Amino acid sequence: MTVSTRRSDDGQVLVIQVQGRFDFSTHQAFRDAYEHSDAPVKEYVVDLTHTTYLDSSALGMLLLLRDHAGGDVASVVIENCNADVRRILSISNFEQLFSIR
Amino acid sequence: MNLLIAEDSDGDRMILATLLRRLGHQVYEASDGLEAVAVFIKFEPDIVLLDALMPTMDGMDAARRIKALAGTRFVPVIFITSLASEREQAHCLEAGGDDFLLKPYSRVILEAKINAYSRMLNLHRSVMQQRDQIRTQNEQMLAEQRMARRVFDNVAHTGCLDAPNIRYHASPLSIFNGDVLFAAERPGGGTLIFLGDFTGHGLPAAIGAMPVAEVFYGMAAKGFGAADLVTEINQKLRNILPVGMFCCGALFEADGKQGTIRVWNGGLPDGWLVRKNGERLAIPSLHLPLGVQPPERFDSTMELFTSAPGDYVVLMTDGFPESCDAQGDCLGENAVRQVLAEIGPDDHPFDALMARLQAFTGHPDPADDMTLCCLEVIAQGAVSEVTESAPESALSGPGSWHCVYEVRDRALADFNPLPLLLHICMEVPGLRRRSGEVFTLLSELYSNALEHGVLKLSSEWKKSAEGFSLYYEERMRRLSETQGHHIRFTLDHEPLGRAGRLRIRCEDSGQGFEPKEKAMNAPTNSGHEYSGRGMGILKRLAKEVSICGSGNCVEIVYDWEFPAQGVITSQ
Repeated sequence: MTVSTRRSDDGQVLVIQVQGRFDFSTHQAFRDAYEHSDAPVKEYVVDLTHTTYLDSSALGMLLLLRDHAGGDVASVVIENCNADVRRILSISNFEQLFSIR
Repeated sequence: MNLLIAEDSDGDRMILATLLRRLGHQVYEASDGLEAVAVFIKFEPDIVLLDALMPTMDGMDAARRIKALAGTRFVPVIFITSLASEREQAHCLEAGGDDFLLKPYSRVILEAKINAYSRMLNLHRSVMQQRDQIRTQNEQMLAEQRMARRVFDNVAHTGCLDAPNIRYHASPLSIFNGDVLFAAERPGGGTLIFLGDFTGHGLPAAIGAMPVAEVFYGMAAKGFGAADLVTEINQKLRNILPVGMFCCGALFEADGKQGTIRVWNGGLPDGWLVRKNGERLAIPSLHLPLGVQPPERFDSTMELFTSAPGDYVVLMTDGFPESCDAQGDCLGENAVRQVLAEIGPDDHPFDALMARLQAFTGHPDPADDMTLCCLEVIAQGAVSEVTESAPESALSGPGSWHCVYEVRDRALADFNPLPLLLHICMEVPGLRRRSGEVFTLLSELYSNALEHGVLKLSSEWKKSAEGFSLYYEERMRRLSETQGHHIRFTLDHEPLGRAGRLRIRCEDSGQGFEPKEKAMNAPTNSGHEYSGRGMGILKRLAKEVSICGSGNCVEIVYDWEFPAQGVITSQ
């Protein structure tokens, strides 16, 4: 499974983990990860610890998640990016839309 | 199922044939290898049963020929043999046989093998059918893409991409990889180039490119600047693209007259300013890609650089640094930096980068999804050529009109009135042929009134590099203090037979620019002082230039006429 999810202890944070390449092949799995959450989510965390590569369609998927989470009022955190992934996020200036840590 | 049996023993052949006919198969018979090949050619059986040892031509040879004749068609060849040694059996398979049956054969095994090969044949046929279908569909798609490409070219015509100072690589079908490259001359001179990379591939990426082309060429021709274009492209894409789809892009405007380059980069890899003096400046992406931010949050701030003839601007899509070698390693952005650092003053950055790419990938042709564009900054005359192709009729359009347009307060900072004023003048067919000159007149008058009249900036500052950035910083700061100020354009046009006269009066609310006498008398080609140069341009283009009031008002008279009929004039 390349995309897995878990809830924080209080259930308010949904953590989505992506393994390996985060590209178009992950599209459906990534959507399923947040679209079918049964309980309300206050904050989304995309954990990229095990993500080796990210392409522009992944950037598009992140925008879809942000839109799903409420657009401009969304709380979406992207964390634990490796240097290559971080570079791709910053070329597109995604720190203006997401908190990246 | 149609079967071929080749067996030199008549008795054995008859037994086998009878057996297979009883199982419901059509059977053709041959008594040696040569005959087997002839029967195969004539009846194209589905499965071939060959005796290994036969006179004239043995089973091995026959198998080789039959396999060669079958080509991509799958024809199972089963050897019937009493050759018991493993080596001989291996020979049968090496000759192209798929299987063998040992004599004396068992009916049960024979029937089971025929059935197994029958299933395999069916599977093979459906795979082949699907392959052919995919091949046909792919050919159809490529034909459609070629057709769509032609439509796209008509909408997105190549603009001035073929200008001698622009070098680029873009695959003919790059549009279906989401890459777009547009270039246009501004009416008063200067070049606008847009390089974009849409997310995704194929049709969705290509569709998004169409409106961008329309906005780019439409607005460029009307005299809008780079910041206006990028704002409009963002809004258009934000409206039409679904969330999650966007366009990484960079737009730059090179103005040879002012010696400036303005760049906006949102999401493309670093662009580069390669200066003739050896300096290399990265032009990093400072913005979100186009189509992501709503208009109210969009930041169209351009980065400003000074430039001189012989400098180069280089832009690329991520396909360039991400080009891979045979091992799957990427070229990387450091390689780009290194190539640009190492090139000599006479090397063209485009050639150096393409050579490095080819050496790295080992392929003569770069991948479809990479675009590289390089503009050489050239010295630019003050006057652009008169467009001879413009409509010639003097009969349509208004001849006699008068118009006053005043820009006030905040609008001085936020709004560019030049496209609107140019548009009004372009209603006159005789002026349409001279849009470059008219635009130059309007923009020189306007920037003079705004920068020196209203904002009281001194053109002295622009003489040095530090002063240059100070000038633009001050310009930005003072633009927030334009309350109570105005710039008023009064345009008046009258027809004079096959000619006409345009008067433009430009007044500002400033206190006048004092060294007006000096500016008026400055040698027109000195090229040292911008205000002097601006005034020189006005004097060269217009019939009369006069400064009125306290120097806060300039009036010019501009005459035009159609060339005499039947005489070809070159302006």
